[in-house]
Amino acid sequence: MGRYFAIRIGRAALTIVLVVTFAFIVLRLSGDPALMILGPEAPPEVLAAFRKAWGLDDPIWAQYFDYFGAIAKGELGRSMRDGRPAIELVLERIPATLALTLPAFFFKVALGVPAGIYAALHRGSGIDRAVMMTAVAGFTVPSFVLALLLVLVFAVQLGWLPSGGQDSWRHAILPIATLSLGGAAVLARFTRSAMLEVLGQPYIRTASAKGVPWRKVVTSHALPNAAIPTVTILGFMVGTLIAGAVVVESVFAWPGVGRLLVVAVANRDLAVVQCILLLVAMTMVTSNLIVDFLYGFLDPRLRSKGAHA
Amino acid sequence: MKPLVSIEDLRVAFNGVPVLRGVDIALQKGEAIGLVGESGSGKSVTWLAALGLLPRHAQISGSVRLDGRQILGAPAAELDQVRGGRIAMIFQDPASALNPVLTIRRQLCEALSLHRDLQGNAVKAEARRLLDLVGIPDAGRRLEAYPHEFSGGQVQRIMIAMALAGNPDLLVADEPTTALDATIQAQILELLSTVRRELGMAMVLISHDLGVVAENCDRVAVMYAGRIVEQAPSNQLFADPVHPYAQGLIGALPPLDGPRRRLTAIPGTVPDPAHMPGGCAFAPRCALVAEACGLAAPTLAPIADDRSVACVRAEASRRALLGIAAE
Repeated sequence: MGRYFAIRIGRAALTIVLVVTFAFIVLRLSGDPALMILGPEAPPEVLAAFRKAWGLDDPIWAQYFDYFGAIAKGELGRSMRDGRPAIELVLERIPATLALTLPAFFFKVALGVPAGIYAALHRGSGIDRAVMMTAVAGFTVPSFVLALLLVLVFAVQLGWLPSGGQDSWRHAILPIATLSLGGAAVLARFTRSAMLEVLGQPYIRTASAKGVPWRKVVTSHALPNAAIPTVTILGFMVGTLIAGAVVVESVFAWPGVGRLLVVAVANRDLAVVQCILLLVAMTMVTSNLIVDFLYGFLDPRLRSKGAHA
Repeated sequence: MKPLVSIEDLRVAFNGVPVLRGVDIALQKGEAIGLVGESGSGKSVTWLAALGLLPRHAQISGSVRLDGRQILGAPAAELDQVRGGRIAMIFQDPASALNPVLTIRRQLCEALSLHRDLQGNAVKAEARRLLDLVGIPDAGRRLEAYPHEFSGGQVQRIMIAMALAGNPDLLVADEPTTALDATIQAQILELLSTVRRELGMAMVLISHDLGVVAENCDRVAVMYAGRIVEQAPSNQLFADPVHPYAQGLIGALPPLDGPRRRLTAIPGTVPDPAHMPGGCAFAPRCALVAEACGLAAPTLAPIADDRSVACVRAEASRRALLGIAAE
């Protein structure tokens, strides 16, 4: 068990380093922050001074090592726009994002999992087909289209809800709905297929042959097995809590981490972008670790494999 | 004597394709019947249908009586009492027949608490006793283990223990040793016949292995293409098979004593259930086929005490066989 996790934690750390490295290189190859922030009309000596001040005229490998050296000291850099520490800028946006993503996560699970289970248990029924059609629609329609559609109906046509901003809880309804519907659709489809797979297994027939009532066959034999693949997708959803709302925040002018990321990328505000990506990588990797741990808990076969590995 | 279980004209179709085309079989208390035939002949489907274990889209008709009570199409609650409590079933692939995420204790105790009036510690004690009975060493500790921690043979023993948990009157063993290697096979069959003797339980042994059936069963029913084509006491069937298909099956077995002879294979293949021949399903492969065979499917008719055959030439072929033997 210990080694199982040691290996996974090592892999997680490597993943974070790779993500940060990739972001570092791509950002520096894709545009000059001095030009982006100061504008193309800025005099050349001002641009040069800006580059010198932020170390942008050093060779890229030197910048890279400086960057990692700073991270090791807990320094995540400052925003080139207003000079504040990048981490501060990011942290102050997190509550706004969580205000959307946490309720959305709850609704995804509350809608998607039961819908998937129900559809699997009533395979081929009208409700199964309706659930699956909604689910396919839900995850083929891109979130910005769904967002605009909801705005069109509930803000423009009906005038029930505001179309953007963050002034009251009512402003959160449409963004949360957009996030929830897409996620619930993915989860419903996934849960359904996991359930169908399990229901076709011989041990389900064994349980019925023992005289276990069908309801109990489902709850105590099928669900614990179907939970194993479903947890994977849930872990992925937890991983997107911090920055999974980039598109939705942009559409609804919601001042969260996602919008900060869009603005920072547009400005080549390197420290801020890197700080967000580091945070995203860390949440992703952490949620994957939690999933690995849950696997061990849910599936005794993995537990003992880990112990012998 | 009133039969324990009697199945009459049991028919099953999947999506309109008939796979069971009228099966009749009766079983006395404590009797062991072997059900043999090629894969797809309907051996397992017969018992899965009888116990209501087929998928919902299967169309089932006919009659299955347990102690005279109709159980085919009985309400779910009544069937749950029968399954495991009166008729238990074990399956071919033990490795996937137990739930991988539940301990043996949970799976055994579940069966015990469903069918036996046991509480608290008595349940666990009984689970331990059952594991002892089927020969799992260190039963007390092994109860907390998961299925993957046992070998295939041990899992099949656990399946047997689970089947015995409800004190059933009948155990249906569906190819119980097919997935196991030869030495383990013998041990499991030995265990089955021991518990059957000790508990006075009836057994249906479904197998494609004639040897296994001959050794373990009082009576044999041979199935072909969704019907029983011959039914007889084991020794009689093996000594003197009447139906050409049964003759073919036994002709394909190497003799244990006597001169070595070339084994005969049955020519052709099992007909596709969606395109059954008009009359007797075996006619296209039969060496003794006659004009009458194409007209109507013969029904199972008694030819002696406790023997019945479904063949137009039943009498004739039996005499012919006797004639050859006399030469």
